[in-house]
Amino acid sequence: MRKKLWIILALLLVIPGLLFTASCAKKTVKSELAVTAAAEKTSQQASEIMREKMAAKNMFINEDIYFDFDKSNLLLLAQDVLRRKAEWLWSNSEVSVIIEGHCDERGTNEYNIALGDRRAESARNFLVDLGITGSRLTTISYGEERPVDSGRNEEAWAKNRRAHFTIE
Amino acid sequence: MSIHNRQHNLNFNIIGLIAVIHLFFIGTALCYAGYDYIDINNPFLRKIPIAIPLFKTVSENPAEKRMSNKSSDLLSETLKFTGYFKILDQDAFLVDPGKSGIIASNINFQNWTGIGAELLITGGFQLSDNIIEMELRLYDPFKGRLLVGKRYKGWISDQRKMIRRFCSEVIYVMTGKRGIFDSKIAFISTGSGNKEIYICEFDGNNPVQKTRTKNITLSPAWSSDGKWIAYTAYKKGKPDLYIEHLKEKRSVVVAKKGINITPAWVPGKFELAATLSYSGDPEIYMLTGTGKIIKRLTYNMGIDVSPAWSPNGGKMAFVSNRSGTPQIFILDIKSRKVKRLTFHGRYNTSPSWSPDGDRITYTAMENGQFNIYVISADGGDPVKLTYNEGDNEAPSWSPDGSLIVFSSTREGGPSRLYVMTSYGTDQRRLLALPGEQTNPKWSPNIN
Repeated sequence: MRKKLWIILALLLVIPGLLFTASCAKKTVKSELAVTAAAEKTSQQASEIMREKMAAKNMFINEDIYFDFDKSNLLLLAQDVLRRKAEWLWSNSEVSVIIEGHCDERGTNEYNIALGDRRAESARNFLVDLGITGSRLTTISYGEERPVDSGRNEEAWAKNRRAHFTIE
Repeated sequence: MSIHNRQHNLNFNIIGLIAVIHLFFIGTALCYAGYDYIDINNPFLRKIPIAIPLFKTVSENPAEKRMSNKSSDLLSETLKFTGYFKILDQDAFLVDPGKSGIIASNINFQNWTGIGAELLITGGFQLSDNIIEMELRLYDPFKGRLLVGKRYKGWISDQRKMIRRFCSEVIYVMTGKRGIFDSKIAFISTGSGNKEIYICEFDGNNPVQKTRTKNITLSPAWSSDGKWIAYTAYKKGKPDLYIEHLKEKRSVVVAKKGINITPAWVPGKFELAATLSYSGDPEIYMLTGTGKIIKRLTYNMGIDVSPAWSPNGGKMAFVSNRSGTPQIFILDIKSRKVKRLTFHGRYNTSPSWSPDGDRITYTAMENGQFNIYVISADGGDPVKLTYNEGDNEAPSWSPDGSLIVFSSTREGGPSRLYVMTSYGTDQRRLLALPGEQTNPKWSPNIN
């Protein structure tokens, strides 16, 4: 879906350039070349913008926020990350996201599903407070069921206590 | 005599059992003879020495002998599992009832009191055309008295069922309760690559995979008639509640926004409590067995989860973080008053209410270790049941309250199911399957 949009955008930039080239068929070869170069430059810029946009999107998806053990309140670092995510969501207003809440393996599975739900909801509420429409933000709690690190130490646990974002 | 009359009226048309005939010469006195065999303050403190000699066969047919010995072994194993008995070594026996007799007039009880047997079970065994006939008798050798005697007849495949039925009689004489022999245990195993629900018999035999969600499956909960099971699964990508009949193809899904988890059936009713978070935070609701909300039970901005009912359904224990960390609370359904139960430690979860109603077992974390505790339902000091042996979690009472099943990582590897008496003694592994086994839930006795 997102890829298609970019292709359309690129075509929108390139096609008028081509049309322009066609309509000026009687002009000199030199100007024709110049126009082609300009079109090329435009498409280059477009792909650069595309790359940047992709990078921003990837950052949105890859950057998790982290929590303390048995806590669902947002740490300062997590709030910074969420502000960046809100900016991205502002400039990509057609995108809906799923916020996954995760826990480390300690404690009961059942309590951890509820805790993961609270974590995802904390992130969601923060984004809503920053003006993101609530209907764009769905939460799913995985509790302790989907760790990114299966280690049994604080380092692994800290990585697993997270909220992860995916694009719907 | 009323008990005997009732037993005669029992319907024995269960699958496979072709006929069960009861024995006759049961002394009337023994109906109320029983309970002084076991110390009710801690029935597992002193195990009752019981002698179970090999059964006497009608013929010398090797197939019959083999099947007969298997039956007496099974009887010993099954009674040992309860935690009440010390099975005496057959090598120490002074006589071989296989050669002498199995009825009181033929038994010299001094041969049994002499080796310290406070109970004696004799058996007669016959095998013909794939049909087993067994006569089993429980004696008190000190009083020289028959406590219970039964005759069973059924297919070879019913051998286990017949032995269990007699064990149930023995336990009834000892404790006044029917025991655990018709109960099952549901649990989560990862053997298939996903968390799925499995069900085994009370002693770990015959584990069978019950769900095939091919996704995360959690928290099996038995209805009090043992016919329904409710659980959480991510079949549709999120934690939803599934309520299924175990034999018929009847099921419903509760799939509200957010989480739909931790079902617990109300005793004696087709209703269950469960945590739903569609209102914005996890709260416990009362649902019908068809998944409709009856009413909301908790009101607290935060986590409310893992309901566990008192046996009469008047109270519900649950886990809440309303005081900062997960603790167990008790809701009185009528007065709607909530009381905090646990005050020791910062992490107390997964309550299970004893069938007698007086105690609650739960999991506590301390110094990064999980262990199982029991506390009076009225509060007070908790008693620790597991020590320094890996993580021990998710306790669940047996239907007679005598045993607790739980999960443990004490072997150092994956989590396994364990059983102990409700006083923490006789801790042993219940079963080991590929993958890890967690979250056991003991069923009621299922007829």
